[in-house]
Amino acid sequence: MTTAPDPRTPGSHEGHCDGFSRAQAIRRVLAGGKLPVAREWDPRMPIPAGAGIDRRRFLAGALGGVMTVYGAERLGLTNRMLGDGIARAAALQGADSPILVSLFMQGGLDGLSLLAPAGDALYQQLRPTLAVAPGSGTPFREDPSLTWHPSASSFAQLHDAGKVTVFPGIGYTSPDMSHFTSRHYWEVGATDASLLTGWMGRYLDVVGDAANPFQGLSMDGQINPTLATARNPTAAIDQPNNFAVYLSGVWGDAAEWALDSASALGDAQRYSRDPAIAQVAGAASEVGIVRRTLQPFRTTNGNPGGQPGGSANPGAAYGSSVTYPTASTGDLPARLAGLAAMIAAGVPLRCVALTTDTQFDTHSGQEATFDSGVKLVADSLAAFQADLEARGVDGRVLVHVWSEFGRRAQENGSDGTDHGAAGASLLIGSRVNGGMIGEFAPLNQLDANGNQEENVDYRGVYCSLLEQWFGQDAGAVIPDAGQFPRYQLLA
Amino acid sequence: MLDPSPTAVYGGKFAEEQATRLLWRAGFGPRPGDAERLAGLGMEGAVASLTRPVGAARLIGAAPHDEHGYPLDPINTWGDDHCWWLDRMVRSNQQLVERMTLVWHSWFATSEEASNARLMIKQNWMMRRNALGNFHQLLLDVTVDPAMLLWLNGNTNYKGSPNENYGREMLELFTLGADRGYNQDDVHQNARALTGWTNDWDEEQGPVNFRFEPKLHDYGIKRIFGHRGRFDWRDSCRLAVTHPDHPSFLIRKLWGYFVGADIPRNTAHALELAYVRSGHEIRPLIEAILRHPLFYEGPRLVTPPVVWTAGLLRASRQTITTTSWAWIAGLTGQVLFQPPNVSGWNYAQWLDTSRWAGRLEAVDVALQNHVLNGKTYPYGITENAKQAYQHAIEFWGGRPLSGTAQGNLLALGRQIARGQNQTWEQVEFRQLRQNALRNLIPMTPDWMTA
Repeated sequence: MTTAPDPRTPGSHEGHCDGFSRAQAIRRVLAGGKLPVAREWDPRMPIPAGAGIDRRRFLAGALGGVMTVYGAERLGLTNRMLGDGIARAAALQGADSPILVSLFMQGGLDGLSLLAPAGDALYQQLRPTLAVAPGSGTPFREDPSLTWHPSASSFAQLHDAGKVTVFPGIGYTSPDMSHFTSRHYWEVGATDASLLTGWMGRYLDVVGDAANPFQGLSMDGQINPTLATARNPTAAIDQPNNFAVYLSGVWGDAAEWALDSASALGDAQRYSRDPAIAQVAGAASEVGIVRRTLQPFRTTNGNPGGQPGGSANPGAAYGSSVTYPTASTGDLPARLAGLAAMIAAGVPLRCVALTTDTQFDTHSGQEATFDSGVKLVADSLAAFQADLEARGVDGRVLVHVWSEFGRRAQENGSDGTDHGAAGASLLIGSRVNGGMIGEFAPLNQLDANGNQEENVDYRGVYCSLLEQWFGQDAGAVIPDAGQFPRYQLLA
Repeated sequence: MLDPSPTAVYGGKFAEEQATRLLWRAGFGPRPGDAERLAGLGMEGAVASLTRPVGAARLIGAAPHDEHGYPLDPINTWGDDHCWWLDRMVRSNQQLVERMTLVWHSWFATSEEASNARLMIKQNWMMRRNALGNFHQLLLDVTVDPAMLLWLNGNTNYKGSPNENYGREMLELFTLGADRGYNQDDVHQNARALTGWTNDWDEEQGPVNFRFEPKLHDYGIKRIFGHRGRFDWRDSCRLAVTHPDHPSFLIRKLWGYFVGADIPRNTAHALELAYVRSGHEIRPLIEAILRHPLFYEGPRLVTPPVVWTAGLLRASRQTITTTSWAWIAGLTGQVLFQPPNVSGWNYAQWLDTSRWAGRLEAVDVALQNHVLNGKTYPYGITENAKQAYQHAIEFWGGRPLSGTAQGNLLALGRQIARGQNQTWEQVEFRQLRQNALRNLIPMTPDWMTA
C-alpha cells in the first residue's frame, strides 16, 4: 500500500514526526543515553513511538526465564516457539476475544465538512467556497443543525442504524497544530513528546504474548506507531494475501530451510546490544511466523495480491459475500476485506492499525480530495461492517476512526483550509451506543487561532475503550488516566 | 589536507573495517577493493577524498538501461526517475555528493505527487549543486523551487489570504524544530512574508513559469520572531537561519544522519559556533562529523533501503539493467522523489516484517542474472559448506560477517548438503546452496547495518 499522498491532491502531505528528532532521540535511548538530554534543547519535539524498544531491558527482564530454560546460546525466542505460540495465543485469547481496529485518516480531516452546520450563517460566511449547502446531505440525528457531508452517506446510514458513535468535537487542551506533534500525541495516547510506545502497544505489553506478532497488526506495509510496544512482538503487512517471501533460485526443502535459517538468525540477534542489529533481526524473526500464518490466505486464489476471475470486488480475493468499493488510489477496501477474513479465520488479533491512502491535509483544492477520500473510507467501512456481520464476527470488532486535528474554521485563499484544533472522530461496530458523545463546538466560540475547541478528550476515549472494550485498567496504559473523563461507548 | 576540526578527532585504527563504515555512511557502500584503497589513505585522506571532490562527477561503468536495453527516460516514464538517481548512487565517483543530495531530499522532503518528474529532477540538481555548500543559499533555493512551491502551496500563498503550509514547515521541519522559538503568530506572519509566488499552467508541460508577482505579495509590515519590517521571502529565509535556535537544530539533525550515538554537548556547541562563524557552510560540519570518534566508535546504523540497494549493485559489480528497481523501492520503504510526507523518511525505523520481505525481493532482482542453474557448477563438486559460504561472500564483494551470522549460514549450508539423496544431485544441491547463501547474505543484520 502506498503512504504517498493522493496524486490528485496538490500540496497534500502528512505523516510521521520529523525524522530528525525521532532518529536522534531513539538512537540516544537505544545507545543507552537519557531522554532528558533531548528535552533540554527541544522539549516538545515528539519521538516516534515504535523505534525506542529497549531490547536490553527486555533481555534482562522478561526473557531471563526463557534463557535459563533454553540456555545462554539462545538469545531469543526460536521461530519454532513462535510458531507454536500462535496456536497457543489463539487458544488463550479465545474465539470471542475483542479486537480494536484503529483507522487513521491522515492529514487532519475537516470536521466542519464531515458534519457541517449547513444552515449557520456564520459557517457560510467562514466558508464561502467550501461550505456544505443546506439540504445537500442527511441531517444528523442528534443535532439537526448539522448535516452529514453528501460523500459520507454511508456513515449517515450506519449511524441511523445505531452502529456509529460520533464525537463531533474531539481533541485536547493546548492543541498543537503540527501534523507530526499532534499525530504523535494521538498515537502515544498522551501529550508527551518523548513517549516511545503507542497507546495500543502499551496495552499489548500488559496483556500480550511474547510469541504472537499478530496481536498488534499494522496493515500499512510498515509499522504503525500506535502499535509500538516496548516488549512484545508485532507484525506489519499490507494485505494477508500479498505477504510474499521467496528466494531466487532456491526451491523445495532448501527454500524452507533457508527461510527458517534467516528467521533463526533473527531470533538469535533480536536482543542484540546494538540497536540497529536488533531492529533488522527483530523483523527477520517475526517474518517467519507471519509467513507461516498467512500461507492459507495466499493460496486461496493462487494469485497473491490479485482478485479471482478478474472480479471488480476487492473482497472477492477473501471470499467476502459483500461488495467492497473499488479504490482509485491505494487499497483500503482490500485491506479491510483481508482483515475481515483474518478475523473470521481466527488469527489471534487484538489491536489492528490502518492508515488511509488519502491524505486529508487539504490546504488547497479541498473539495475534490475530501469528497473522494471520505466517500472511499465511509463506503469501505460500511462494507467491512456488513462483511463482519455476514461472517458472524461483528460482535468482536470495534473500529476507531480518527485524525490528528480538525481544520481552521475560516477557509484560506486556495480553496482549502489550514491546520485547526478540535475535529471529528467515529466509533463503529455492532456494539457501540450509536449516539453522539460531546457536542458540536460552536463557531462563535473559536479559540485565539480561529479553531474549534474540544469538548471530548481523546485520552478519555482511549481510557473508556480500554476499560469497556478490553476490560483493562486504563491506569496501566494511559498516563494520568485518572484525570480524564470516561464516556459510555458501548450499548 | 583538511582544516583543523573544531571538535574531537578519531585517532584509532583506520583499517578496512573503519573505511567500510565510512563508505556506507558517507556513500553507497564499497565496490570490491574500495575499502582497502580508502584505508590506505588514512582517516584524514579518506574523508578528504569524499568531502573535497575535484571537478565534475564521473559516472563509472555501463550506462543504465531497462530490461529491453533501452535508455532510461526519467522525465516521461514512470519509475525511471527513481532508477536515474539510483544509477548515480551506484556509479558516481562523488559518492558523498550523492549521499548529501539524499540527505537534503529527506530534509526538504518534496514529493513528485504534487508536481512532476521534470520539476523533481530540476530540484534534485539544485540540491546536488548545494550538497556541500551553504545552508542559507540552499534554503533560499528550496523556498522558491518550483516543486516545493507546488508541494507546500507556496504558489497559491497570496496577499490577503495567506496559505500557512510552507511558512509552518519551513520553521518546524527545515530550520528550527517543532515549537522552538516561534509560535502560531510567527507562522502566520512568515506566511505573509512568503506571499507573491505564482505560476502558469501549460497544457503540455503542466506547471510552468514560476515567478514572483509583486501584485500578489503582501508589502505590509510583519512581525516575525520579534523583528518588525516589510519582510519578503528573502527576509523570511534570513530570519530563520539567523534565529538563535537554528544552529542547534541543524547540527543535531545533520549529526543524526551520520552517527548512531548522541552528540556530546561540547561537540554540538563547537559545531554550532563553527557553523555560524563560517556563514552557514555545510562542508566543514560534515568533515568534522566524519572525523569524529563517535562516527567510528558509536553503534551501528540501519542502512536506508535505497543506500542498501545501491550497495548491493556496487558490491556485486552491477549497474542498472532493469527498471524493476522503481517498484521494488516501494516494497523496501523508500521511493526516491516520493518521501512519505514533508518530514521525510523516518530514519529510526526502516524495518518491520513487511519491509524485510520487500528487501528480500530486492535481492531477488539483484540476483536476476546471478543464480546458478544448469548442468555444471562453477566452483566444482568438491566444494564444502565453508567454501560455499566464502564463494557467496565474495559474490557480494567480500564484506565479512560476524561470527553469529557466519555460523548461521554455515549451518544452513551443511543442512542443505545433508538433504542430498542421490549422487546425481551433486550439482543441483550445490547450486541451491550457493543460491540460498547469495539470497541471505545481504539480508543478515550485519549486511543491512554499518
